Amino acid sequence: MYEMLSSFAQTWGLIGFVALFAGVLVYALWPKNQDKFDDAARVPLEDDARPAAASATEDNHG
Amino acid sequence: MTALAGRPKTGLDANAMIVGGILLLGALWSLFAAASGADANMRLHAWVIGAGFVLGLFGMVGVYSNGGVERDPAQYNETIVKYGVIASMFWAIAGLLVGVIIACQLAWPALLSWDALPQLNFGRLRPVHTSAVIFAFGGNVLIATSFYVVQRTTRARLAGGVWPWFVFWGYQLFIVVAATGYLLGITQSKEYAEPEWYADLWLTIVWVAYLLVFLGTLAKRKEPHIYVANWFYLAFIVTIALLHVVNNLAMPVSFLGSRSYAAFSGVQDALTQWWYGHNAVGFFLTAGFLAIMYYFIPKRAERPVYSYRLSIIHFWALIFIYIWAGPHHLHYTALPEWAQTLGMTFSIMLWMPSWGGMINGLMTLSGAWDKLRTDPVIRMLVVSVAFYGMSTFEGPVMSVRAVNSLSHYTDWTIGHVHSGALGWVGFISFGAIYCLVPWLWKRKGMFSRALIEWHFWIATLGILLYITSMWVSGIMQGLMWRSYDSLGFLEYSFVQTVEAMHPSYIIRALGGLMYLTGALLMAWNVYKTIKGDVADTEDAVNPQSAAIQPAE
Repeated sequence: MYEMLSSFAQTWGLIGFVALFAGVLVYALWPKNQDKFDDAARVPLEDDARPAAASATEDNHG
Repeated sequence: MTALAGRPKTGLDANAMIVGGILLLGALWSLFAAASGADANMRLHAWVIGAGFVLGLFGMVGVYSNGGVERDPAQYNETIVKYGVIASMFWAIAGLLVGVIIACQLAWPALLSWDALPQLNFGRLRPVHTSAVIFAFGGNVLIATSFYVVQRTTRARLAGGVWPWFVFWGYQLFIVVAATGYLLGITQSKEYAEPEWYADLWLTIVWVAYLLVFLGTLAKRKEPHIYVANWFYLAFIVTIALLHVVNNLAMPVSFLGSRSYAAFSGVQDALTQWWYGHNAVGFFLTAGFLAIMYYFIPKRAERPVYSYRLSIIHFWALIFIYIWAGPHHLHYTALPEWAQTLGMTFSIMLWMPSWGGMINGLMTLSGAWDKLRTDPVIRMLVVSVAFYGMSTFEGPVMSVRAVNSLSHYTDWTIGHVHSGALGWVGFISFGAIYCLVPWLWKRKGMFSRALIEWHFWIATLGILLYITSMWVSGIMQGLMWRSYDSLGFLEYSFVQTVEAMHPSYIIRALGGLMYLTGALLMAWNVYKTIKGDVADTEDAVNPQSAAIQPAE
């Protein structure tokens, strides 16, 4: 049991984690995502006094 | 614009039935445990637990006879955040006060040390302090801010009807049960995981509810992108659930008794404990409070995050690396050397995400550096991030085995922990509360900016006294332990090291007292602000209201 788990962790586990992290780097640094991230960075700054559905129908301040 | 009376309420729905059922079961179990518990401590403790459940049932009857909890999707649930802010403030004072008391006990060992009152012994008060500041104060800050931030950044009302209230009150009950248990001497002797099996089970239920409320709110979000702060909160909630469940796997001696035996033993138990302990620091005290940094610093500075890309890489790098670093708590023990080396290597690697995150937080102020001078709350948040950078630099240094041979089991560790806890966690929490109070209670600003300034400076000086005294004391202690004379005998007896540390202990107690004083000033300031005594305050920084602009 121990041998099986440790050999899995040292091969496929390692490859899986490295691949996943490489995927994160590609996603984060992909040039086309820049606009999306610029918008996302402004999410805290553009909030309203009410949840979205309500402010769309009632008033659009802020 | 919406009349108070017209707000829609849930009525007696299925959620209320489930919560009521849980409380009823808890009350019944407490009744049995109080009547025929296996040990005297259990019978006594069951009264405390039972009182909590009965109060909860009374509260539910009160709420549901008035139509239930509010569920207006056109309003954010800010009431629960208000409760969380007040609870945070209360537990901050309680936890810091016990901290000052035990610091004084270390300096003057006869203090509160009576055979007739073992409850006030250092050994019992110490976990009351650590749990109160980490889980009661820190936990309430995290729950309150996460409920605020997830609503604001998803543009959706908090999900789950009565469940967020179950999470809030259930968590307070856990804290009270844990703390009273320590005083009675009920402990499973795992550091930062002292509560016994029944308290652990209760926290598991509360925590799963917390996860579901958070996920439910994310699921109904109106903003398509999940803002980075929510990723950090989610990592915090999920990982703490995992750590808590695995580290507390235990077999109770009796269904109605306060004792249990851990599922692991020996070195496996030690590694599991420090896998838990280390990652509780990583995901409770780091990831959770980084979420606060990623929302409150941009919000207060009115600048977007310096680099959103860096925030994504910061998040994943921290998640991937932190979980492996725990073995550095077990250098020179029975833990295999390869595991110690693994822990040490990953600790060094942690420099990258930690400093990446620090740079991202600090540089968010680029173009707004003047606010450091004009806004004490921004200064508090920024100094907090600076302490984060400092303690995450110090931590990996201490994890190197050679350094650890000097630092381990000494006060250096205590100093390191407190530069993170008082500097990073404390200041980012105080900063967030100073932002939240005027936003939630719709005030122009805090009651007194001068008091915030006083709080900042007294607390900062207090931290400096604390950590410098512990550096001196710890390094001296480590050096004294390892010094030999020319014949190969140990040069100092243990009590000589204790004697040498006495002045440092007094300075540490003074530092803690200053930090507590700052928090008391804050509590007064928060009280006056909530009460509405905010006339023409200078602290008119309130980006939540379009009508008021900060003074430039």
